Order: sequence, then C-alpha cells, then structure tokens
Amino acid sequence: MAESLIVSIGPHIKDDLSTRKIMWAVTLSLVPAGAAGVFIFGIRALLIIILSVVSALATEALMLAMRRKDVTAVWDGSAVLTGLLLAYNLPPQVPAWLPIAGSFFAIAIGKQVFGGLGHNIFNPALVGRAFLMLSWPVYMTTWQNPRWKVDAVTSATPLVLYKSGGFGLLHHISKWDLFMGNRGGCIGEVCVIALLAGAAYLLIKKYISWHIPIVYILTIGALSWIFNGRSGLLTGDALFFVLSGGLILGAFFMATDYVTSPLSARGKIVFGIGCGLLTFIIRKFSGYPEGVCYAILMMNAAVPMIDKYTFPKWFGWRKA
Amino acid sequence: MYKFYGGVHPSASKILTLDRPIKRPYIPKKVVLPLLQNVGFPAEPVVKEDDTVSVGQVIAKPSGRMSSAIHATISGKVTKIEHSHTPAHSRVLSVTIEAQGDEDQDLNLKAPSDIDSLSKETFLDMIRDAGIVGLGGAMFPAHVKLSPPKTKPVDTVILNGSECEPYLTCDHRIMIEKSKELLKAVEIMVRILDAKHAYIAIEDNKLSAIYAMERALQTAKDKGYKTPVEVISLGTKYPQGAEKQVIKAVTNRVVPSGGLPADVGCVVFNVGTAYAIYEAVYLGKPLIERVVTITGPCVREPMNLWVRIGTRLEALASVFGGFVKEPKKVIIGGPMMGVAQYAMDIPITKGVGGVVFLSRDNIVESVESVCIRCGRCIEVCPMGLVPTTLMYQVKLENFTASGDLGIADCFECGACAYICPAKIPLLDYMKYGKSKVVVPV
Repeated sequence: MAESLIVSIGPHIKDDLSTRKIMWAVTLSLVPAGAAGVFIFGIRALLIIILSVVSALATEALMLAMRRKDVTAVWDGSAVLTGLLLAYNLPPQVPAWLPIAGSFFAIAIGKQVFGGLGHNIFNPALVGRAFLMLSWPVYMTTWQNPRWKVDAVTSATPLVLYKSGGFGLLHHISKWDLFMGNRGGCIGEVCVIALLAGAAYLLIKKYISWHIPIVYILTIGALSWIFNGRSGLLTGDALFFVLSGGLILGAFFMATDYVTSPLSARGKIVFGIGCGLLTFIIRKFSGYPEGVCYAILMMNAAVPMIDKYTFPKWFGWRKA
Repeated sequence: MYKFYGGVHPSASKILTLDRPIKRPYIPKKVVLPLLQNVGFPAEPVVKEDDTVSVGQVIAKPSGRMSSAIHATISGKVTKIEHSHTPAHSRVLSVTIEAQGDEDQDLNLKAPSDIDSLSKETFLDMIRDAGIVGLGGAMFPAHVKLSPPKTKPVDTVILNGSECEPYLTCDHRIMIEKSKELLKAVEIMVRILDAKHAYIAIEDNKLSAIYAMERALQTAKDKGYKTPVEVISLGTKYPQGAEKQVIKAVTNRVVPSGGLPADVGCVVFNVGTAYAIYEAVYLGKPLIERVVTITGPCVREPMNLWVRIGTRLEALASVFGGFVKEPKKVIIGGPMMGVAQYAMDIPITKGVGGVVFLSRDNIVESVESVCIRCGRCIEVCPMGLVPTTLMYQVKLENFTASGDLGIADCFECGACAYICPAKIPLLDYMKYGKSKVVVPV
C-alpha cells in the first residue's frame, strides 16, 4: 500500500465550484432574458443569438488551435457567454453577418490576443459591440418595435426618443412597458423582469456579488434624479433612466465580469460608481443616447489602478 | 460574539466520530518517539540503546527554555536511537522503545497532596516536567506560554474548543467527557497568569460541547468555583480555531502583524492541552498519550482514541478494524491543514489530533487553470491578504513584492486554495513565497 499513497500539499478537500460551473451558471441565468427577447421581437432574434454564439465558439476554437492550446477549453463556457452577451447587445433586425463579425472581433481581438480567458483587459462582448457600433452605426441603431405593434420596423429606443425630444415623445410608454420589455431596443436588454430573475439567481448562488450592479444602478438613479428633471434639480424620473436602456443587462451581467472588474469589495464599489458616473455623462452630454457599453469599457481600463488602491484591510497590520 | 474577516465553510464530516466516546483499548508494542516535538529546540536523549525504561520515565530532557521533555510512553527496551521521519516530513533523532512482553505497563503516578497551597513556580515546573506542548498542532511549549514577559501582562485566557477542521472530533469529545477537569485546568492557568477573564470558545455547531461545558460550569459555581470563566459560542467557520482569529472573535483584539497573543494580553490553549495540564498538576502524569480522531470514509470503524505518543499508524490499523476501501491518501491532522503521508510507519506525535483516511473517490485531483479574477480568495483570506496577486508575484519570483504584500502573515490555512474555482494550488505558491521572504534588516 505504501507505494500507492498520494502525497500533496493541502487543503485535501476543495469546494466543488469550478470556472466552468460559474460560466455555465451565468449563461443559464441569461436564458430568460433571451427567451423574452425572442418572444418580443420574433424568431429572427433567435437566429441572431445562435449565429453569435456559434461564431464565438468557432473563433475561440480557431484561436486556441492557432495558439497551440487545448482546444477542448472552448467548452469552459466563457466563449458561449461572450457570444450570448454580444447578441443580447444587438438590435434584432441586423444583417446575419453582423453578429458573426462581432463575435469574431470580440473573441479574437477582445480576448485571445491578450492571452485568452483571464487575461483580457476589456469585456470581450463589449469590445465586439463597440467595434460594430463604430463600423456599422446605421445597422446598430436601426431598431424594431415589439412584433405586436403596428409600425413594427424602425422605431427608436426610449432613450433615443428622450434624447431627441424629451419626455414629450414618451407618453405612450409606461413604466410597466419598460419593466416587461414592451419597447424597442436590443434583443437581451428589453425585458427587465427576465434579467432581474437571472440576476437574482446569480446573487443568491453567490456567483456575483451585489457591489457592482447595485452601486452602478443607484449611481445612475441618483444622478438622473438630481440632474435630469424637467423642473430643476431633484425632480428627475430615476426609474425611467434605470429601466429604459441597457443598464440592467450591463450592470448585472457585463460590469460584473470577473476578469475585467476589480478584485476586492471596496474596489467593486469604486468601479460601480465610476461606471454610473461615466454612463450618466455619456447619456447626458454626448451624441449617444446610451452609454453603458463605453462606460464599462472605460472603467475596465481603470481596474488595475483601482485594484492597487483598494486592497482589503490586512489583519493586524499597523503603520510603522 | 465578534467576528473575523474571511473564512470558508467546508462540509464538516464530523458525524462519523461525533458520538463515539473516547476509547482506551490499546497499548502498542513499539513506539517511535521523535525528540523534537515542540516549537524550538530538540530534547537531549538521556537513555542509551539497550537501556530498559518504564512508562512515564524521562528519556530526553529539554535542551533549553524553548524545548520540551520527552517521556517513555511504554515500558520496554530502547532498541534504536536514530533519525526517522515525523508527520511533518522532517527527519529528527528518535528513540524507539519495544516492549519485551514481561514489563509492568502500569503508570505509577505521584499526585501532589495539597494543590491549593502550591506556588505558581511549582505549577510551571510541573507543566514543564510533564513535557506539555500545544496539542492543537503548533506544539508550542506550554510553560513558555504560561510565563509571558513582565512587559506583556496577560489578562485573558482563551480555551480554544473551536475545532474548525473538518472530520476531527477529539476536542469536542474531551469537552463533553472531561468538562470538570477542563475547568480545573483553567483555574490553574488563571492562577499562574493572574488573568482577569477566561473564556471557553466553542463553535456553535458543537452544541453538545457547549451544553456540557455550561452545565459543568454551573455545577462548579454552585460548589464555590470562583474563576471568572465564561463559555462562548462562536460562529462556525473555518479557520475559527486559528489563534489570531479566535482572539479576534472572543475579545475583538487584533494581534499585530508578526506579533504574539501576549501582545494583546491573551493566551490561547487548545482544550487537549488544558486537559494535559490538568493531568500533570492533579495526577502528576506526564504527556504520554493524547486523543486522536481516526476517521475518514474508508475506515471500517471511525473512532476517538487515547493513543500513546509514538504509536505508528500501521499499528493503529488493527484497532479501527482496517479499511472498507483502499485508502489513497493518509492525512495526519485535518483535511484542510493536515499533512499527507507517504508511508504508514509514521508515529503519532504530540501535535496530532487526527488521522483522516481518504479513498480514491474522496480525493480531488483537479487541473489548475488560469485565474479568472473572481476575488473569492480575497473574500476568504482570514488575514486580509490578496492570494491571487501574491501567486503572480511568487510565480514571477518578485519576492520583495510578495513580502511587501504581507505573505509572511499567511498562516497556511488553505482557505484560498479550498475556494479557488480555477483550482490553482494557491497554498503551494504561498508556502514557496514564504520560504523566500526577504526579511528587511
């Protein structure tokens, strides 16, 4: 028996949580929002999702093979997640080649060029979206109403309407519509209730912590309440600005990406405030109606610095 | 009840031996006694090969203050004095005693007559002469802990019954079965140290131990027990039993980095050590045996046992009935901080609270993948360190940077490696980094 004993450094038991399990759990949590998107915008949305996910997987496999890495690593779930998130950030009526181009860019340039999983600085799905937004802005801003509306094609998102004419153009959209997804927008961002269901699952199972999403959403809500009112300060409609764009999707599913967000709880709070501040500034002062994507990307770049100054409190350490 | 930062919740697995009263069925025929069973310096042998020794006799005397005596744990003949392996994978000079079959194995104890009239110095001598070290695993000489420097007066004694390691139940059983004796031991410690408070700290998953201690305390108080003892229940969380963490949880005091409990006026004793102190003072008995939990999914009959120090693992196998499945990993200590053994001829030493046998199905052999920066290691590190950043610094051999980030404060609890979803052996990196730490002059 003596020869066959296994010797290793402890701990000799380990938690059963693995990277793969986390990635697939996040993917699972996004299913309700995708299903709602397909229900709202029709079967074409499903096609976009499938194309995006499959091309993300194919790109990942290709890049892993080129880098002489283990190709079976495509099944760790991270590529599927990137493809899924990218599709959720696309309008439902984009041409079929657009998600393929986006996924390729997201995985190849956004992730694998940096060294693959764990090494990328920017959220790959958002890199893909930013690339598409810069390259084909018309496709990326041609919206579709829910399929039961009379004027199905070329509607605008609530934030676009707000940007072009204030609340005057929005009287036909209620908070309930925003909550249930009865509005124009990207495939995965419209149905807030489905997104919240997925987010609740992630929070309860502790796959994500509350710090980034809650701080992010509160920051947007507070700034919108203070500065976006029709009759001066402190009269803004906070709920409208929280529900109407891609904030819920971005805050719970993209800003919380482990690889591109800070390590410690304090860092995550700083990150959430930064995302909220930048999103608000972009929405209010730039030409874009929505700023979630660029705000998260900019804060991704700040993560190493945030990490450096937000290490946890070191037990027993005193200044000499 | 206070809290400490971090920690993990591994499955306790204590049910295997929780309700097994401590048995004392067995005196081994052969013991191997390493002469270094304490923090500090090895003891010097005072016997030669072929000498006849009787149980309880001193076979090695302390070589200084930070050293501890070793006693013969069986009667017999000294057959070998040579270097052999300890559970911590080091090789130290060891005395082998083999029973010849006709010895008197009874321990002839001389109990002191009037305990109350003895002085502090007499108590300290008795504890030192009994060779008592910390039985929780660290093996720090007890008499040194009990005589802190004058500049650092100790006002608080903590009896550590946390036992946060999964599987182990030896301390739990001692608290249930020896409650009265533990209270007497606390009384002695408080008298030696002139302490103002004493706490018996127990994790709240050991309700039967909390209940037993509280009932014993009530009964003792009714009979005039005056020591200011309090039983405290702590949250169940690994590593609750770590010295700095238990002090934080009981008193809310933070031991400074690089410091000792005495720096914040505390001293912590494992309940097993306390029981050994009781036996040394009240019975005059040296430390020749301790309670060991023999457990694991492949053990036929998991149990808590009084084991003579120096008993080899293979000799114990006959007591617990062998295995239902072939053990693939033999861990001395608990599954979190214990040491995996490569052979069964390793002796039980004073710091061994348990032996866990794991079969193939219980062993996690996971492939290390890349860090995804989930931050879980940071959430669980009880010292507030940043294991993933330390890991990268150690990989890059930036030992100055890892030192500046506090790697020397890591006490190797393994919570980071336990929780890591990428299965990075963080503890391996920590240990390596610690061995390379550059101490600023």
